[in-house]
Amino acid sequence: MESKEMRAAYADTLIELATTNRDIVVLEADLMRATGTGSFQKLFPDRLVNVGVAEANMVGVASGLSATGKIPFASTFACFASRRVFDQFFLSANYARLNVKLVGTDPGVTAAYNGGTHMPFEDLGLMRTIPGLTIVEPSDPASCAAFVRLAAAMYGCVYLRLPRKAAAFLYPAGEKFEFGRAKRLKEGKDLVFAALGSLMVGECLKAAQVLAGEGVEAGVVDVLCLKPLDEVTILTAAKATGRIISAENHQVMGGLGSAIAELLAEHRFGGGFKRIGIRDEFGEVGTQDYLVKRFGLGAPDLADAARKLMKES
Amino acid sequence: MKLEERARELEAKARELRFHIVDMVHAAQSGHCGGSLSAADIVTALYFEFLNIDPANPDKGDRDRFVLSKGHACPVQYAALALRGFFPVAELRSLRAMHSRLQGHPVQGKLPGIEVTTGSLGVGICEAVGLALEARLRKASWRVWAVLGDGELGEGAVWEAAQAATKFGLDNLIAVVDNNGLQNDGYCRDILPLRSIPDKFRAFGWAVLEMDGHDMEDILRTFGKALLITGSPVCVVAKTVKGKGVSFMEDKRDWHGKAPNAEQYAQAVAEIKGGPA
Ligand SMILES: Cc1ncc(C[n+]2csc(CCOP(=O)(O)OP(=O)(O)O)c2C)c(N)n1
Ligand SMILES: [Mg+2]
Repeated sequence: MESKEMRAAYADTLIELATTNRDIVVLEADLMRATGTGSFQKLFPDRLVNVGVAEANMVGVASGLSATGKIPFASTFACFASRRVFDQFFLSANYARLNVKLVGTDPGVTAAYNGGTHMPFEDLGLMRTIPGLTIVEPSDPASCAAFVRLAAAMYGCVYLRLPRKAAAFLYPAGEKFEFGRAKRLKEGKDLVFAALGSLMVGECLKAAQVLAGEGVEAGVVDVLCLKPLDEVTILTAAKATGRIISAENHQVMGGLGSAIAELLAEHRFGGGFKRIGIRDEFGEVGTQDYLVKRFGLGAPDLADAARKLMKES
Repeated sequence: MKLEERARELEAKARELRFHIVDMVHAAQSGHCGGSLSAADIVTALYFEFLNIDPANPDKGDRDRFVLSKGHACPVQYAALALRGFFPVAELRSLRAMHSRLQGHPVQGKLPGIEVTTGSLGVGICEAVGLALEARLRKASWRVWAVLGDGELGEGAVWEAAQAATKFGLDNLIAVVDNNGLQNDGYCRDILPLRSIPDKFRAFGWAVLEMDGHDMEDILRTFGKALLITGSPVCVVAKTVKGKGVSFMEDKRDWHGKAPNAEQYAQAVAEIKGGPA
């Protein structure tokens, strides 16, 4: 399967947009070499603003630029893009109803070797409480590029959550995406996985394959957009099978698991439901593979949850 | 012992620290060589000459507190703690490994001798102010030494801490700035020009000393002077070279957070072990 670095998909799309749209600017806080926008800087040196190790200032400056009509994309590690700049992003950007696109790289266990300080399991929970904010976690390089284009085209703040490493293409280049629209990647009559992000969508597809060998047909919904959530697709899939499992590289509290639980409860879904994600823990150091096992995010964990659900309901 | 003789001993110790920095980052194939090597002489002097600490009793109440505000450089602190007897030297190679006590950034409580948790730049110096303030409130004698990066000075929280330290007259707080001139994306002068670090700290009410962060005699003399200053917090601005001690890492942006391969490791070790004093 063909793959591409997610950060390259991000930077390449910014370059493509900036070529025709002079309002596109990129902000960095001394992590340009990690987030991958160095290629943008080479072509548009005047439109890459590196403020040094000062993330709160970066988001404030982005807000000021937005107030003058620019379309700022500000990127840093997701731990800093959420915890460190929450007030600036909340107030200067969102409450002010400006047009700031904040990009958090290395989410959840993909922060791997950097360990607990750098491993955000809480960014989505924080962001989801900001009124009107659009939150996207693309699942492959094609959806990443598409959502960067959509973010630039739409007026309003966006939080884009992005592992920087390579991810396999799940969609062809021309695939159409929309904010608030999930994709049904795989149908299955017994249960459905609703997964957010490339890591978890990949693990769910693997789990579905394992389950197929056991005669259990599991579907996979690629959620893509945490907010607004595609309630219709998720609820329809849950009701059709009577069983749904949420899967996220994040705390089950506040993120996708919570969002789906709220949806199901409000719509009197009486079927089986489980949440896969981090259970009230801090991160720690390790390889991504180890951390996936350590926090129970892998295909075996998903398959186990599915088997339990099949027994229970 | 004469200062000159002590300096020679500490230089040998710093060489050991440098070896272990490169050795553990090579073993982990991950971690930050550049900023660990630039701080090696400073950290050696603190752990082997100045800090009132006891590996047999790491929690003793009146101990001096060391805060690595530039937490990514923890290999240098881990090496110093191990060589000082806080935990086995053999454990250094478990840097960033599964279940390791040597996390990617220092975590309080994980390892004896780690006083506070750092890794997000700009948090350590604020914690250091708290540690120093408590000594003041208790009329205790401990000192707090914090090591900061020059790129780290971009964080606004550093300057919030600087103002608070002045307000409380924390002359038991000594902040050492590892002024290696580089941050992650390039030279500080290009990414976020600092102009004069001494002038900035002076304007914030701190006493400021300057030294060559690789000249052990200068380090001993300057730290000695810092201890005598009363009435205000002290900032020691140390001129350093990022990656110091390994020729191909010196002053190179790319060695901020990169691990050496086998060949680079061999060369680095040869240079550290065989280089001039
Ligand atoms: C709040 C925060 N932002 C970004 C980072 C990522 N980061 C780690 S080191 C570094 C550069 C630091 O430069 P400097 O303080 O000069 O360190 P040194 O040169 O001593 O390694 C950056 C941006 C971080 N750890 N914390
Ligand atoms: Mg530096």
